[in-house]
Amino acid sequence: MVIKIIKNFVKRVFYNLFSIKRDIKLGFYGPPNAGKTSLANRLCKDWLGEELGKVSKIPHETREIQIKEKVEVKYNGKTLTLKLIDTPGIATKIDYEDFVKFGLSKKEAKTRAKEATKGVIESIKWLDDMDAVIVVLDATQNPYSQVNITIIGNLVARKIPVLIVANKIDLRKANIKRMESAFPEYDVVGLSAKFGKNLEEFYESLFKLVKKV
Amino acid sequence: MKLTLQFIPFSAIEPLSSFKRITKILSMIGEDKILLMQGRLRAEEEADLIEETMRKIGKSKKFKGIELAVFSPKSSNLPIGIYIRKSIADLLVGQQDVLTVIGPASIVREIKKDPTKMQLLLKGK
Repeated sequence: MVIKIIKNFVKRVFYNLFSIKRDIKLGFYGPPNAGKTSLANRLCKDWLGEELGKVSKIPHETREIQIKEKVEVKYNGKTLTLKLIDTPGIATKIDYEDFVKFGLSKKEAKTRAKEATKGVIESIKWLDDMDAVIVVLDATQNPYSQVNITIIGNLVARKIPVLIVANKIDLRKANIKRMESAFPEYDVVGLSAKFGKNLEEFYESLFKLVKKV
Repeated sequence: MKLTLQFIPFSAIEPLSSFKRITKILSMIGEDKILLMQGRLRAEEEADLIEETMRKIGKSKKFKGIELAVFSPKSSNLPIGIYIRKSIADLLVGQQDVLTVIGPASIVREIKKDPTKMQLLLKGK
């Protein structure tokens, strides 16, 4: 862990010292079904014209790291070149029976559960490789869940800049105020990745975020 | 149904390496105990605990994972950013005023946090 932090620090100093331009590795982290892939898809569709991954109502749809290189985002006359890294949702429990409730067969559910556990491990391993991270949370859910605290705590420990996105603001139960009061030290942007609501503010915050890299 | 709440004092965890802490926690969780641990794990250790939990789910048919929550009587109503900073500072002095609750997901459905109380929602049999 300490070696990785030093390695990342040296890498950043090296790139800055010689002004080497490189793509910014932007990770999408959060609990399952918060809308990480929906948001990554929205960016990819807006700037590449194609999607990054499949979305589903069944949790743990993303079970492998998905990457899209050279995503050029333009805002207010400035351009960013990003490497988008969509990660599987981080959870502390995975029960195949939960997938059966969504209509999957027992065999499919067991396979999905097994792949989901591997996905969580992959997500955690990739934390060290990120330049900046968007933590995507479901604005209808309690922000004080331990998984959220663990993800943000690990990003703080690794000195990785964070932007918090409160997704699903199109839903009646969404509570953006609760999200903002839970994370007053962070930029919190409420949006709907599904309907493309409030993306202007998101892109503005995204550009502010990468300035910290 | 018998339910065991196991208290782990800070003195029992503090001298252990990160690996041994996680092994000890998961071993007790495997015995269907709900752990009340004085102090808390570091953020990196919490991530390691989640990783090991996932490996254990992959290997076991019975084990479904864990429910985890950290309570600090002084800071439970603080915003998360300040809470995280306080947590890092507390690491230097051991953070003995904090309580970590960890339970097997097969028994604990959800842990709800509130500034003044915690609720363990158990799975009905």
